[in-house]
Amino acid sequence: MHHLKRFAASTAIVLCGTTVLAQDSITVAIQLEPPNLDPTGGAAQAIDSVLYANVFEGLTRFASDGSIIRGLAQSWDISDDGTVYTFNLAAGVTFHDGTTMNAEDVKFSLDRARAEDSTNAQKGLFAGITDVTVIEPLSVQIILDQPNGNFLFNLAWGDAVIVAPESIENIASNPVGTGPFTFTDWVQGDRIELTRNADYWGSAPALESATFRFISDPTAAFAAVMAEDVDAFIGFPAPENLPQFEADPRFQVLVGNTEGETILSTNNKMPPFDNVLVRQAVAHAIDRQAIIDGAMFGLGTPIGTHFAPHHPDYVDLLANSPHDPDRARELLAEAGFADGFTTTLKLPPPSYARRGGEIIAAQLREVGIETEITNLEWAQWIEEVFTNKDFGLSIVSHTEPMDIGIYANPDYYFQYDNPEFQTLMEKLNATTDPADRSDLLAKVQTIISEDYVNGYLFELAVATVAKADVQGLWVNQPTAAVDLTGVSWSE
Amino acid sequence: MSRNLIIGTALSALFVTLAAVSFLWTPHDIETLDIPNKLQTPSGTHVLGTDHFGRDILSMIMMGARTSIAVALVAVGIGMAIGIPLGLLAAARRGALLDELIMRGNDLVFAFPSLVIAILITAVFGASAVNAIIAIGIFNIPVFARLTRGAALPLWERDFILAARVCGKSAARISVEHILPNITNLMIVQGTIQFSLGILAEAALSYIGLGAQPPTASWGRMLADAQTLVSIAPHTALVPGFAILLMVLGLNLLGDGLRDWLDPRIRVARV
Repeated sequence: MHHLKRFAASTAIVLCGTTVLAQDSITVAIQLEPPNLDPTGGAAQAIDSVLYANVFEGLTRFASDGSIIRGLAQSWDISDDGTVYTFNLAAGVTFHDGTTMNAEDVKFSLDRARAEDSTNAQKGLFAGITDVTVIEPLSVQIILDQPNGNFLFNLAWGDAVIVAPESIENIASNPVGTGPFTFTDWVQGDRIELTRNADYWGSAPALESATFRFISDPTAAFAAVMAEDVDAFIGFPAPENLPQFEADPRFQVLVGNTEGETILSTNNKMPPFDNVLVRQAVAHAIDRQAIIDGAMFGLGTPIGTHFAPHHPDYVDLLANSPHDPDRARELLAEAGFADGFTTTLKLPPPSYARRGGEIIAAQLREVGIETEITNLEWAQWIEEVFTNKDFGLSIVSHTEPMDIGIYANPDYYFQYDNPEFQTLMEKLNATTDPADRSDLLAKVQTIISEDYVNGYLFELAVATVAKADVQGLWVNQPTAAVDLTGVSWSE
Repeated sequence: MSRNLIIGTALSALFVTLAAVSFLWTPHDIETLDIPNKLQTPSGTHVLGTDHFGRDILSMIMMGARTSIAVALVAVGIGMAIGIPLGLLAAARRGALLDELIMRGNDLVFAFPSLVIAILITAVFGASAVNAIIAIGIFNIPVFARLTRGAALPLWERDFILAARVCGKSAARISVEHILPNITNLMIVQGTIQFSLGILAEAALSYIGLGAQPPTASWGRMLADAQTLVSIAPHTALVPGFAILLMVLGLNLLGDGLRDWLDPRIRVARV
């Protein structure tokens, strides 16, 4: 009995201790661990999830609602012809190693990103830059070869953050940025720790420290949140468990939209998918609502093209491909596949793909298309599907914002090659007038929808489960980011 | 007949029957999904409820029994077909270099943890029911080879074998005509045990996604699919869990009961 009492007393003290500590530190879980810590060199989203806005900042940045706001650039002037941007940088900004951030660093970062040998995953963002000139220590001029209506948006990406030549060598393991948090430690396979940057130039964040943990297994994720091992889980992997968290007063559930167009990727160069009739048949065979309900337990918005439905320029093209198995069979017969055919369906690990794949396989079987399902880990998927293009069908969510431009690249893994589309995209990139842009965006959305390039399934939703007294987390994911600058604990 | 034997036979027969019936009829079609009716609790239409795709769980169990039994049966078959001749050969050449080679080869296979190697095989050659069968089958070989040799060695010392040798029968003929019939009981008992281990191994491989691929039903994958649903729809995990438990329990009791029933010494003692 005595032991029990003493144990209870000591537990109470320990619990109080953690509660006090928890007020200015947070443990955040995300699904995937970043393979390295260089957002300007690696393609993995997880890099941005940990570092974007926390450790690294760009000239502009995404706000939680997806709008573009000031970052390190406090103001900018755009020349009348739209090709010269002059950025005025914030004063008194230092990198975490103490060196000053100035126009030289901006020039260095942008020149490095667009260099011939650059490993930047989104080099297209910088394609139009012809020159970057330092005018004054806090003023930098960027000259474009033609007007680019998306330029400020492009600079907000995690791939365009400002880095310093002094610390670039070890950036992949020791990231040094200008953000409100400094990188402290990375225990590979377990966690990344960040600490508040005492010398931050902007308003200081409420949190003293933050720990990122990586849990990809849905069951382990559920257990970690239930046991309160983590304070927040951004991108909770098991939508079926959300109602339980909603019913539990300890937790809050935030469901927001992402830029993730979840598509049935189709290899446009591989017969029979090189035939538009076959692709159209596949589109009519798919029942989107069944996939959203069955794989995502209702989370997600159906899409009819590769564009985010919450974007003002989205065109609702669902009418191009309603669920109609009879029409699908007719189209298959017209294409010469009256008896159907067999193809491969290669699925990466997320449940939208694994479960969605089983559902799609059943729906395709109904119209006579047999699929051989192969489950792949991400590394295998990148190699087999993305790099070697050895697939018939696959399911993946394209989470980059405004990424319809991938259809203009005939070497992209689904290998869509349409000169008309490519010309329109070039025109779009050179257009700055909002009304003209809207028109062009509507056109390109319609083209890929009517060409049935891929099976357009749904816009991925993101679920965040957090303790009830955590506030300031992003609900939506306009870019892959866990921005902790505004996060705090309520009293 | 002992109680073990009766219970074991009944449980095993139940699942074999379910599997056999599934070739002709299942309560519902498991290849068409019925998502609006997902995660239903047991009812008149769906006796054991529905899973996360609205498929009838009883039908899934029946189809899954077929997968489990097929995989385990072929795997035991591989083990017996290769292991028993190897064991007979080793016993016939006891002490010779060949005996040494066969038995050390078996030790080598035995030295690896079977499930880990099975994972390796399916990971390298791709996940499928066929690769699962091969992976499980390979590890049945040394089991039968050792048992055969161990049981055959004392027989070779017996007078009736000596008589056969005096008659001029070759070692091969003696092995097939005299040794094999005398160790059949043992093989049947061991076969039953290996069969239950095969079912467990198949469930384990499917659970981690390396066994039969969808849409083929498999108990292990049913369990894996139900993992995040345990708290909201416990029946989706309990049903395949109990199916595996009862099938393995049944086969173990059957093996145990058969040993008692077939062993003449115990039978005489009972009489």
